[in-house]
Amino acid sequence: MSQLQRQLASGAFVVTGEIGPPKGINVGPCLHEAEQYLKGRVAAVNVTDIQTAVMRLGSMAVCHMLIDLGIEPVFQMVCRDRNRLALQSDLLSAAALGIENVLSLTGDHVVMGDHQDAKPVYDLDSVSLLQAMCALEAGTDMGLDTKGNPNKLDGVPKFFKGCCTTPGSPTPEAQVIKLEKKAAAGAQFVQTQAVYDPKTFETFMKSIRHIKIPVMVGIVLLKSAPMAKYMNRSVPGVVVPDEIIQRLADSAKEDRQKVSTDIAGELIRQMKPMCQGAHLMTLGWDHCVPDIIEKAELS
Amino acid sequence: MNATEKKPVEKVIESLADAGSVFIIGCTGCPVGCDVGGQPWIDEMTGALTAAGKKITGSCLIELLCNKALVGFKLSRKAEQILAADAVLVGSCGVGVQAVGNMVARRAVPGLDTTCLGDYQGLWPGSERCGQCGNCVLAYTGGLCPITLCAKSLVNGQCGGTCDDGSCEVSPEHPCGWKLIYDRLKELNRLDDMRRMIDPRDSRKLAIPDAIRRTMRYALEVDEQEAAATKEAH
Repeated sequence: MSQLQRQLASGAFVVTGEIGPPKGINVGPCLHEAEQYLKGRVAAVNVTDIQTAVMRLGSMAVCHMLIDLGIEPVFQMVCRDRNRLALQSDLLSAAALGIENVLSLTGDHVVMGDHQDAKPVYDLDSVSLLQAMCALEAGTDMGLDTKGNPNKLDGVPKFFKGCCTTPGSPTPEAQVIKLEKKAAAGAQFVQTQAVYDPKTFETFMKSIRHIKIPVMVGIVLLKSAPMAKYMNRSVPGVVVPDEIIQRLADSAKEDRQKVSTDIAGELIRQMKPMCQGAHLMTLGWDHCVPDIIEKAELS
Repeated sequence: MNATEKKPVEKVIESLADAGSVFIIGCTGCPVGCDVGGQPWIDEMTGALTAAGKKITGSCLIELLCNKALVGFKLSRKAEQILAADAVLVGSCGVGVQAVGNMVARRAVPGLDTTCLGDYQGLWPGSERCGQCGNCVLAYTGGLCPITLCAKSLVNGQCGGTCDDGSCEVSPEHPCGWKLIYDRLKELNRLDDMRRMIDPRDSRKLAIPDAIRRTMRYALEVDEQEAAATKEAH
């Protein structure tokens, strides 16, 4: 059982972090950040999978390197780039490398990234990828042999299966229905899209009370007022309230980082009673994680 | 021509599980060319659905279900029978099913799967598009095609990319297909359809069957070759 699964099962409020692999093979900086600022402070570290469809080094390789450093990874898997053969094969590869936590995601469309002419795959979706994981755990794959029986595996993997949801979606009910399907398909934990409005989050959490899996609220560290405005404009389902934008705008440049971590810490404190953990997406500012944890009064 | 094939009868009955009465519409265009439509299909469905305990309120044949004027004209004369039914079963390509779904205040359910034939969209001038995926799910998506409306062709519901104005994150001009489907199902009081698990597509259905590739000229050539071979054998 992974540390993340154990901690969530214990009922403790669990924190996860996130790093993004580099565009190139210079993995030193992201591994250093993880070792320096995340190790020992978070239950696990998500490794993004070709995030925003911008081509990068792979998530599985970095997950493996994290394990070598004694850090538990969450292997993010998107459905955009691989068909069901490759997805299942990579799940087996990940399990063979000791990776247990897997986060099933649809994946941003290729037109959002830097290879807009690439073929979007989506052979599976975030629901059927979870079903594929369950099939592998049951010792079979998605294919059938000539007699119509599921193919058998030689050596069976075990995963801790996660998924995402967007509490601030303009169609929250559609998100709830999809989350119900993800839970039915085997999801064991949820890490949400970024949330900045505890009221919205409270309403959403009430609407998913019937879905009995732990939810970790997503916090993307807001580094500046322009970034917050950009998120409002360009990231669907993410709403940064005006007061937060104003606080960032009013802060002097040298205080900006302190204000950013203050905001993140406060948000976690406010939403802690509503959920089972927080997922910190610091976008390169991993050095702020210890500060955020302290300000959230979790240390 | 759009290539279609029959959905298994049990799948059709399953998609009409909560419909006690059904009106059947057959297209005598492409489905007849594919030997899966027209009056024989209507007769087959009438028999199967009656045996399954459903009341058939009526049926009609439309020469080309992708011809908007023809569809409007024919259906208006059957309005009473259509409105007496809980659902309308449509034997056409995905364009025709969506066309009917948008024209009548009843749920339109596909009786056929549309397989690939190079994006031909019939004569329909509207926005309804069929992705010719061969795994038609219109029965569960309020008669709106997620393959052609969703940028990612997702079949199990929306991703996180729905913008506040209802557009998709890929482009402000592109509406989120699943927002449209959600709104339609809510309006139809059928949100449970969205809860249904849809299996991954069978990609084999996307291939163009060799039998359809044969042109008239090619078919004649095959006949000539076979005739020559038979002659030689004697």
